[in-house]
Amino acid sequence: MRAMIAFLARRLLVLMLSLVVASLVVFTAVEVVPGNPAAFMLGMNATPETVAALQQTLGLGQPAPLRYLDWVAGMLRGDFGISYTYRTPVADLVADRLAVSLPLAALALALSAALALPVGLFAAARQGRAGDAVAMGAAQFGIALPNFWLAMLLVLVFAVNLRWLPAGGFPGWSDPAAALRALILPAVALALPQAAILARVLRAALIETMAEDYIRTVRAKGRSRTGALLAHGLRNALVPVLTILGMQFSFLLAGAIIVENVFYLPGLGRLIFQAITQRDLIVVESAVMLLVVAVILVTFLTDLAYALVDPRLRRAG
Amino acid sequence: MRRLSLALGLALSGAALAAALVSFLWLPADPLVLSVADRLQPPSAAHWLGTDHLGRDIAAMLMAGARVSIAVALVAVGIGLGIGVPLGLIASARAGQWLDDLVMRGNDLIFAFPSLVIAILITAVFGPSATNAILAIGIFNIPVFARVARGAALPVWTLDYIRAARLAGKGRLRIAAEHVLPNIAPLLIVQATIQFSLGILAEAGLSYVGLGAQPPTPSWGRMLAEAQTMVTLAPHVALMPGLAIVLTVLGLNLLGDGLRDRLDPRRVRA
Repeated sequence: MRAMIAFLARRLLVLMLSLVVASLVVFTAVEVVPGNPAAFMLGMNATPETVAALQQTLGLGQPAPLRYLDWVAGMLRGDFGISYTYRTPVADLVADRLAVSLPLAALALALSAALALPVGLFAAARQGRAGDAVAMGAAQFGIALPNFWLAMLLVLVFAVNLRWLPAGGFPGWSDPAAALRALILPAVALALPQAAILARVLRAALIETMAEDYIRTVRAKGRSRTGALLAHGLRNALVPVLTILGMQFSFLLAGAIIVENVFYLPGLGRLIFQAITQRDLIVVESAVMLLVVAVILVTFLTDLAYALVDPRLRRAG
Repeated sequence: MRRLSLALGLALSGAALAAALVSFLWLPADPLVLSVADRLQPPSAAHWLGTDHLGRDIAAMLMAGARVSIAVALVAVGIGLGIGVPLGLIASARAGQWLDDLVMRGNDLIFAFPSLVIAILITAVFGPSATNAILAIGIFNIPVFARVARGAALPVWTLDYIRAARLAGKGRLRIAAEHVLPNIAPLLIVQATIQFSLGILAEAGLSYVGLGAQPPTPSWGRMLAEAQTMVTLAPHVALMPGLAIVLTVLGLNLLGDGLRDRLDPRRVRA
């Protein structure tokens, strides 16, 4: 118990430090590097007066450290500033977009795990045989697929030729069935390459576990190889699988930018991308920071999940 | 199986490299010449892989695009190796001390950033170009190589001949460069192949959203972006660049797997 508390305290400290450093990096990249953010946002044709006016509204007259503290304090209160191009609070914009991105990432993650689990188990159970070679060959191919290209092919086959699913756009959650249908192709495009990675990791972890002495003991007691794999191997193989799943969730949330573009989905990634092309730095800054916070939190939770799955890790730093 | 993976990997990545190198000397057509009369032609004797919506020769564009993809990914790997490996070696030489902690926590921090978002941020602040794409991809290679180098180097430091070198009065940095580095080189080569393939994918993604090499330089990602609206009219315009990416990345991954089995004696029996 004491070990668990010390572990938690240490992890929390690292979590806080990461958040502080990350916010400093984002703030510097967006507000300090471009020189004058107001001039950057307005582009080349802006008159000095409009630049000065925007500087006033953005509070750019203040020194950078003060602006940083303002920004952080605002975010802690849930105030992310007002978007320059949309003229609406960034928090509302982000909340709207998360209603698309979060279900998409969750759906893709579930799909990826649902595909990878049987394939990884199958390949590990048939290690070195034809079935293993075929499964891992397919996984190699899956890893090499750029998700946006896969997305285009899926649209071509399932939306244009077969007309089973919509080619893009999002109808909103007022019609949940239609909304879900709009997310299926993007989720598959995101999930397939991730599933291929996960299946390989799971297979490797299972094979490593199956070489352990305690598995030999289980086998000596009369359990079949597949039985031992399912009853004992899987739990022990979960640590590397959890790491990858944690990394994949953040990747899916952020990596959806490109796939959201293929399907014209109004998600968080597309918001960031549009904000960047429109030079709406306020949206960029807060949305990127939110993503980074999400990634750091997921990493933190993954670490905690390890400690629950594998008590040995509670002691190691 | 293992031999097949190595041979296939060498063949596929070799073909991509050859296409890029040959493109400096010879191209089947000028990839920049527009010919509206020849647009969206299917593959033929005159245009091996057909033409795009502006009548440009797709084979020539793919070959010229291979140059960009390979150059961006290669330099990005170079950045990762050049900065990450020394950091990892220093961390391993000072394992458990504050310098080690600093390097590793710095690594964790870079890993915490969604790489694609930061890549887009960098290209957005500094403007889209192949150079900024290289920087954006390269930065994320640094922690990968630092981690691999440190992890691989840690057990090497406990070997007898390294201790002998310490006793002989050699400094830690010199030992790291002269004795530890050669020991971990095979692992670094394998990792470099993997990062190379990830770099090709990342470059394709960035240029797909318009943040990579700028027009008129042909690039695989932008070819796909331009093909997107034409995919129903002429699927080959979208198929060819995608296949080029898949085959190159597949080749590099197979090569990495094959090399790992060949170079790492511990895995030979596995």
